[in-house]
Amino acid sequence: MIRLEKRKEPSKFWRIANPFLAVALTMLAGAAMFAMLGKDPVVAIRLIFFDPIFSETFGSYSRPQLLTKSAPLILIAVGLAIGFKANIWNIGAEGQYIMGALFGAGVALAFFPAPGWYIFPLMVLAGAFGGFLWAMIPAILKTRFNTNEILVSLLLVYVAERILAAMALGLMRNPDIAGFPGSRDLRRYEAAHNAELFANTGIHWGVVAALIAVIFAYVMMTRHMLGFHVKLAGQAPRAARFAGVAPARLVIVCLGISGALAGLAGMFEVSGPGGQVRIEFAAGYGFTAIIVAFLGRLNPIGIVLAGLLLGLTYIGGELGQMMLQLPGAAIQVFQGMLLFFLLALDFQTNYRMRLTRGVRT
Amino acid sequence: MRAPLLRLEGLTKAYPGVIANDDVSFEIGEGQMHALLGENGAGKSTLVKMIYGLVKPDKGQMTLRGEPFAPTQPSDARRKGVAMVFQHFSLFDALDVAENVALGMENPPPLRDLARRICDVSEEYGLPLDPARWVGELSAGERQRVEIVRCLLQDPKLLIMDEPTSVLTPQEVDILFLTLRKLSAEGTAILYISHKLEEIRALCDEATILRGGRKIATCDPRENSARDLAELMVGQILTPPERPARPKGDIVLEVDNLSLASNNPFGTSLKNVSLTLRKGEVLGIAGVAGNGQDELLVMLSGELLAPSAQVKLKGKPVGHLGPNGRRAQGLVAAPEERLGHAAAPDMSLTENALLSASRRKGLATQGFINWPKTETFARDIIARFDVRTPGPHILARALSGGNLQKFVIGREIELDPDVIIVNQPTWGVDAAAAATIRQALLDLAGKGAGVLVISQDLDELLEISDSFAALNEGRLTDIRPAKGLSVEDIGLMMGGAGDMHVAHEASA
Repeated sequence: MIRLEKRKEPSKFWRIANPFLAVALTMLAGAAMFAMLGKDPVVAIRLIFFDPIFSETFGSYSRPQLLTKSAPLILIAVGLAIGFKANIWNIGAEGQYIMGALFGAGVALAFFPAPGWYIFPLMVLAGAFGGFLWAMIPAILKTRFNTNEILVSLLLVYVAERILAAMALGLMRNPDIAGFPGSRDLRRYEAAHNAELFANTGIHWGVVAALIAVIFAYVMMTRHMLGFHVKLAGQAPRAARFAGVAPARLVIVCLGISGALAGLAGMFEVSGPGGQVRIEFAAGYGFTAIIVAFLGRLNPIGIVLAGLLLGLTYIGGELGQMMLQLPGAAIQVFQGMLLFFLLALDFQTNYRMRLTRGVRT
Repeated sequence: MRAPLLRLEGLTKAYPGVIANDDVSFEIGEGQMHALLGENGAGKSTLVKMIYGLVKPDKGQMTLRGEPFAPTQPSDARRKGVAMVFQHFSLFDALDVAENVALGMENPPPLRDLARRICDVSEEYGLPLDPARWVGELSAGERQRVEIVRCLLQDPKLLIMDEPTSVLTPQEVDILFLTLRKLSAEGTAILYISHKLEEIRALCDEATILRGGRKIATCDPRENSARDLAELMVGQILTPPERPARPKGDIVLEVDNLSLASNNPFGTSLKNVSLTLRKGEVLGIAGVAGNGQDELLVMLSGELLAPSAQVKLKGKPVGHLGPNGRRAQGLVAAPEERLGHAAAPDMSLTENALLSASRRKGLATQGFINWPKTETFARDIIARFDVRTPGPHILARALSGGNLQKFVIGREIELDPDVIIVNQPTWGVDAAAAATIRQALLDLAGKGAGVLVISQDLDELLEISDSFAALNEGRLTDIRPAKGLSVEDIGLMMGGAGDMHVAHEASA
């Protein structure tokens, strides 16, 4: 018989070890899944996790992609993690990401085709503002009417997707190409293009922003009263009130930060790698970032590592589709399994399993 | 000499880093009232947990009526006739009395029969209780009756009671003692855990004293003075706190006829509360738990906002200010609940030092925390208030209750306030530490601060207060000088014995 005992203190060892164990278990389970699909599991796993970086053939294309794909994940996850620490659950980063992209692209399209150094900075501000605004809806509803921010922020993702489609088909549609949905390609509009800063590195302004956000979050969480209050509110809400934290203000701050960062990620994507406002623009970064935040233990440094890993699965997944005709959904299954295994394993951070023989003695 | 009911022989239990019980042996006779005395951390709880089957001893054995007794879980102990009333009740607010009783029984009868039996037992032992009432509506004293009746329905041979009087008015204590004496006369042995010595001398025929996990003595408490017992318990000579006479100063805190709804659905709203506190004055506020103490504290600390002009600090309206606004003006508070309210359990002592002290101690500039300075501050508290801990990096929840209490009260005292509000300052704290805390509060008053102490420990309030009031269902009585008040007067101010005694307007 297996008995569960609550640990006096959460195990530090398992806190660190579990993310690695979860990755290993995901690889094993993934290999089994590929075997059942009739693919060689070793080849498939290697293609997804190793070839994008180490392969001679694909590496030169894939390596820069890694930073491009990871940057939005890290940028969003850093913001989400701050809220999660305070027990404020923004599940709608995908929606804030879309709104950030629309606001950023909107500024660019409004100025088109004027040149000007100020256009891109304006787009950055607009992108952050769009995400912030979208996150304020659940924030204000929560503080005013005590609604659940998980539900409201999640459902607003679907509203944002409809707005995205409407924009791609209507207001933002490229007037020069009749009949096709989608906006002008911002990559061809120099003043608005979020170009690679160093050739073939994948480093664009979004990567720089992610790096700044990580440092900002790290300093805030370890050195600043705001970070202290965030942690306090998450761990002991009454103690937080005693310390003078206004719960409503904290909701606004946390949702605001995560919304603005998600909006920035969307803006850097639409003006760079994405290029245009399209119906299928949203690639699920906002949802995957939740996995990144948890896998990174809500710690800014951990989130960098987790973001790189999840970014890798995106690229590896594409390679798998190309080379082995793996189904496109396989990569979502992978990401889902990762979170599943992590949450399951985390049980042993707080509990100890004991094997006992029937009755206790 | 009574026949032995339960015999403990060489019970030993060690936890990592601490020996909770070291070779403890004694006997409890049939029908005996046996007291278990000791400071916090002396090993009383571990010992009764072993008797009740919650903890397994490392060494030693127990015999019950001559048969080996080694319960592996509480249900085992209950089957063999051992029942226990815990200090913290295990009741569900949203269920009625009968349902709560049924949940704690091994084989509960149908609820209708049970309700009748509850009535019978409660009548027989003088513990009035209506089986159909919601537990959420009951006073602490009534909740305790639910626990006791639940035990009595199981016909125990040994009833363990852990500090049962800490939540009762003096009149309720008398009723409880009548019940216990009746039980004892009928042959039920009682193991009575307490640190209130006068009670034990009034009630028990034998007392076992623990100190540092070892048995120090078994004696007849009626043949020893309370002072002797206390010194056996603490192992040192106790000096009562000193109180220099002080002239009355200006008013520093004023509450004017304030009514305020509680922020907790099962809380007690404050009704027409008025009070004044002067420089150098210690105002003691008594009351049975759950009569608005928490609400009074959060209203004064600023966690619950009030109309601006109804709370005045040094003449300035502060009702609209939150905790930090009031701290800046010199008002600090230490709530009753140490873990989760006054301190965050999973944060280190350094982080907990920052919690309320960031502004008054200048521990953060522009919001950026000065961690070395904060750690120094935490070390100062630890040193000055003798907090026993390896260092400021230790998590708050790893400290024993008494040590954390010293830390929390110490933190607020170190802020050098003009007004300090404390709720249950020495709850669960050992005698030596309690003396330190009381002395520190008196010293603060001596330096000119206004001190408001909310407590359920009347001896404590009478020892340190200049003036005295009581909370009863959210109403505060008029403030009276503490000198010359008898325990009976105070009991009536606190609302007498609930449904046993109608005592409205007792203070008028």
